[in-house]
Amino acid sequence: MTTTPLDSWAVDLADVTFIYPFVGSEVIMVVIAVVLWIVWHIWQVKFENNTYKEDIEKHATSENLRKATSGEL
Amino acid sequence: MDTDIGALTIVFTEFYYWITVALMFLIHIGFCMYEVGASRQKNHMHTLMKNTMLIPLVTITWFFFGWWIYWAFPGGPFITGGWGHPIPETAAAYLPWGESMVPRLDDRISGVFWAAFLLFSWTAASIVSGAVIERIRKFAFWMIAIMIGSVTWSIDAAWGWHYNGWMVEVLGYHDAYASGVIHAIAGGCALGVLIVLGPRLGKFAADGTPRDIAPHNAWLVCIGLFMIYTGFWGFYVACNVPLATAGFIDGQIIGDVQTATTIYLTPTTLSAITVNFLMSLAGGLMVGYTVSKGDAFWTYSGGLAGIITASAGNDLYHPIQAFLIGGIGVYLMYKMHFWVERRFKVDDAVGAVAVHGYAGFWGVVIAGIVLWGHPSSPYEGFAVITPWGQFIGAIIMFWVLGFIPGWILAKILQGANLLRIPREVELLGLDFGSMQEAERARQEVLNAEQATI
Repeated sequence: MTTTPLDSWAVDLADVTFIYPFVGSEVIMVVIAVVLWIVWHIWQVKFENNTYKEDIEKHATSENLRKATSGEL
Repeated sequence: MDTDIGALTIVFTEFYYWITVALMFLIHIGFCMYEVGASRQKNHMHTLMKNTMLIPLVTITWFFFGWWIYWAFPGGPFITGGWGHPIPETAAAYLPWGESMVPRLDDRISGVFWAAFLLFSWTAASIVSGAVIERIRKFAFWMIAIMIGSVTWSIDAAWGWHYNGWMVEVLGYHDAYASGVIHAIAGGCALGVLIVLGPRLGKFAADGTPRDIAPHNAWLVCIGLFMIYTGFWGFYVACNVPLATAGFIDGQIIGDVQTATTIYLTPTTLSAITVNFLMSLAGGLMVGYTVSKGDAFWTYSGGLAGIITASAGNDLYHPIQAFLIGGIGVYLMYKMHFWVERRFKVDDAVGAVAVHGYAGFWGVVIAGIVLWGHPSSPYEGFAVITPWGQFIGAIIMFWVLGFIPGWILAKILQGANLLRIPREVELLGLDFGSMQEAERARQEVLNAEQATI
């Protein structure tokens, strides 16, 4: 049993092409990766929006805004 | 060099490894930036020098005995062969007074190969360096650096990163780009030392809550990590043999096709490792960013840990497997770092145990599952890759050759009162004296300038 196309290197390399595990699962792997990629963007945009919301709630006081725009910070 | 093709192959191979040495220098610039940035201002120059001086010390000890160990120990010795298995004359030639350690016109490659391995040795020592900043004595660290850089990693390489290493033959151990043989062992060694060394003063509150000791230059830390990624390209390429014939490999492979190989002389391609390096970096960065909620340090660390996790099998993985494995390793190492910190009060200043040790360990283990049954070697009679072979290999790397020697040496140094800097020096800062002197000199110059008005 082997996850790759080879169970031995007693071969002529001219006859060997793919060497990676689970040949035949390429499409499903791409689907998984694309889904994860999209999920990451969805998570990220929500996280970023929440970060700004928290920053504003905690820090956007008149005093801080004044300091930030006067060169004090 | 008796034919044109033969001459070209020799010169190409020499130059190939030479370029990797120059590229790998970037890893060490990166480590300097990373550690110096991570330290507080009051310690930063001593931190720089602590890391810098491992370079000459590991260099000369690699010449004295480290290179010989790599060629003398593949058989155990006395596991699959005696001293210098399979060719004792090679080991003898690599003794410091040996005939292959000198300039000679009939050997144009040995020195370059020695140098490529030396840069791996520096890396093993530098990994430990970051974890122990701001409280370890320079003498103690340099003894540890010599141990890991020129002894224990060399043994682990002879065992598990050599075409005739006993771990490859008996366990089918596969670790193409050194998840275990450099990263897990260095992380394990760092953990062994950290447990004895103890945390920095002020790191843990009375109730055990860890405090964040902020780096004095956070972005320098991150750019240092970025520099390490860059040098890592040299590391990857140096791990390969660029071009080999079936005759050179002299195993079961037949035919005329020439190929790049891993250190085990198993075929791979530069194309495969280039894509997998980048995909595992991507997986590591994305998961690092996610788990740390965008923290720059842990995102950059995640990128590195992603590459490290996938390294054991990046000669073979599909790029999406490399991406996913890199991501899984980063998740595991991030969680383990904070768990170990809270549970055992371990102060790892830069997360080296996690990024290198845990990521390297899991990388070796994961390879055993994903590459199960694949031939570890082109030589007859060698075991195939298995989950249990890889797990035992990971234990040997992280615990047997990493943690235990680190812990023992740290205990010896502690017993001789040579491990940790004095408390007063730690409170003042290692650079306090030189900073005071610099301030005095600055005032003197200012006074002199004022006197001219």
